[in-house]
Amino acid sequence: MRRAGHWRLGAWIGVLLTPAFVVMLGFVAWPMVAAFGYAFRSFDSLSVSHFVGLRNFADVLFHTPYAAWTWRAFEHNVIVFVALMGLQNGLAYLLAFALLKALPGHRVHQVIVFLPVVLSAIIVGFLWKLFLHPLFGLVNALTGLLGFAPHPWLGDDHTALGSIIFANGWHWVGFPALIFLAGMQRISRETMEAARLDGATDRVLLTRIIWPLVAPSATIVFTLTFIGSFNWFELPYVMAGLDGSPAGATDVLGLYFYRTAFGSVSSGLQDFGHGSALAVLMFAFIAVISAISLRILRRREIEI
Amino acid sequence: MSKRFGRLVLLAAAAWGGAMSAANAGDITFWTWRQEDRAAYTTLFAEFTKANPDIHVKFEAFAAENYNTIVSTALAGGKGADVLHTRAYGGLEQFAKAGYLLPLDTTNVPELANLSPDALKSETLRADGKVYSLSSASQTLGLLINKDIFAKAGVTPPKTWDELLAACKTLKAAGVTPIANGSATGWTDEIFAGIFTNPMLGRGFVDDVVAGRTNFADPPYVNALTHLLALRDYMPDGYTGIDYATSQQLFLSGRAAIFAGGSFEIANFRKQNPKLNMDFIAPPAPKAGEPQPVTVYFDGGYAVNAKSPDQADAIKLVRWMGTKQYGDKFEALLGNISPIKGVTSDDPLIAKVSELNSVAMPYIMLAYFRFDTPTGSELLQGGMQKMMAGTVTPQQVGTDLTDGIAHYYKPFQKK
Repeated sequence: MRRAGHWRLGAWIGVLLTPAFVVMLGFVAWPMVAAFGYAFRSFDSLSVSHFVGLRNFADVLFHTPYAAWTWRAFEHNVIVFVALMGLQNGLAYLLAFALLKALPGHRVHQVIVFLPVVLSAIIVGFLWKLFLHPLFGLVNALTGLLGFAPHPWLGDDHTALGSIIFANGWHWVGFPALIFLAGMQRISRETMEAARLDGATDRVLLTRIIWPLVAPSATIVFTLTFIGSFNWFELPYVMAGLDGSPAGATDVLGLYFYRTAFGSVSSGLQDFGHGSALAVLMFAFIAVISAISLRILRRREIEI
Repeated sequence: MSKRFGRLVLLAAAAWGGAMSAANAGDITFWTWRQEDRAAYTTLFAEFTKANPDIHVKFEAFAAENYNTIVSTALAGGKGADVLHTRAYGGLEQFAKAGYLLPLDTTNVPELANLSPDALKSETLRADGKVYSLSSASQTLGLLINKDIFAKAGVTPPKTWDELLAACKTLKAAGVTPIANGSATGWTDEIFAGIFTNPMLGRGFVDDVVAGRTNFADPPYVNALTHLLALRDYMPDGYTGIDYATSQQLFLSGRAAIFAGGSFEIANFRKQNPKLNMDFIAPPAPKAGEPQPVTVYFDGGYAVNAKSPDQADAIKLVRWMGTKQYGDKFEALLGNISPIKGVTSDDPLIAKVSELNSVAMPYIMLAYFRFDTPTGSELLQGGMQKMMAGTVTPQQVGTDLTDGIAHYYKPFQKK
């Protein structure tokens, strides 16, 4: 009787899981395997031609013209990651602390900080593109009041990437703030009060007491920011276009991969071979670094 | 990343679904990226069905930026519309080379005879010399001007480079932005460069560059590029951050006097601001009395899916699209120039563009250097953005362009 019940339950679970499994297999696993296969092939326009071994990989990593584009895009991704870690997540940490202190009006602020997160990246991109517009943008209107000359934020190669990173920070800061806040709220009241009684200032509290105790939150934030930074696509696509305008100053691996594989509307060609090689490299890089950093960060959590 | 592949597969599924829905006998589908032309094509296809009562054409449009991806996925799976709107030159090549399109000649589509050799060349695969698509429209690149602003400032349309600079100076003093264009959108930079440099280069330059007698790092091209720097004073404030949509709005709202662009803007501009009193003029000549060529290219065509189950009906439609009757209606409805011989327009502006086409030069990067990576277009677009921003010199742009193209273009390798 019991065995039959078990079997029936197993079958029932199996039936329930099948649709999800099929979807995952067809839409996630299979395309990834296919891309892996394409990366080793040459493409005669759109049709798969012969096996070329590692040539596509060698091209995108070492040979002109691809190599220069690849490394430039990679460099930008690194800048994005460092900037988001420092500015977005640093600010998120401070915001979380401010919210934790439950100052008057903190409930309203909690909502305000988290509000942009629920907007789609496309909306945020268009919104900030308008805010940063050189002629009728809000940002130039404000800096104008302070006496600064109008600036083409997204048109100047010195400020374009920074502007998009800023928009990303505005959009996402609420998310790490929420994770940090949740982590901080789990710290026992006694610990905090003991530290306070010992005369710990906010600064000491933030660096010596809270920071080690929110290590699990830091792991999540670090890992998600890392994956997000190296998969960055929507925001630069909306704000700078597929070419990483101006002149590749905002080009990142996501845009570069898309442009290579599927072709820019009015300037480039489709090249699935090199595109797939790029995708595989991106996947491998993100997977390996994420795995290593997760191990290190998890160990850190336990040590503390 | 997997998300993007997932999206690709979804698109393929959507495309496949689209193909399946057209499986009814007597129904054929037409795919295009021209969503904005839906009404015109619906009228045109109703016209076709009147003459061929048993064939109904279904119009389906996809977003321009995803069109290639959707079409290539569908075709690779042996699906896709019966008649496809294709791009021209290198953009056609990728589909034709893979064998997805039916080769056209005067036996299956006698109407090809209604097209000029230049038009046929734009839809010919270089490898086998066969035509794969029937040109749908020719586009002319030149200057759109706001006649009211010109009259108010007391400026006449410039015929020479010096007149252009003088006109810009007067317009700026009158408080309008002389030139609407900015440099933030890459492809418009290439068009901007083409419009103004072509008259300075002359037709001979094209032959020389194709034959390898000169390249883009040589003085003629670098000198032509250098001229563009003088226009920066007359572009909008913060022009490096002004994108295509903003440039259009500046011109449409009467805040700017000149818009360097294509004849494809005319219909759209009229729709957005019917009161706009505009004219289309040729770009200025380097010196008085010299020719002022506009830049002409073909931007698409109608092709038959090689795997279409209703190929006979599809060919019938494409043949009809090559007739003067279709060309006349196409021009009237869309305000685009039909490449079909003998088509005339009642619209004075469209008629003027057709007239300007008699002194024309090709769109060099599109017609000759958009077949291999890195395309001349992507190199020039990036180079122009840097040059207009002042971070590189015209000589550097010319050298980078030549070196980039030299990777696959033998004539440039010797030099």
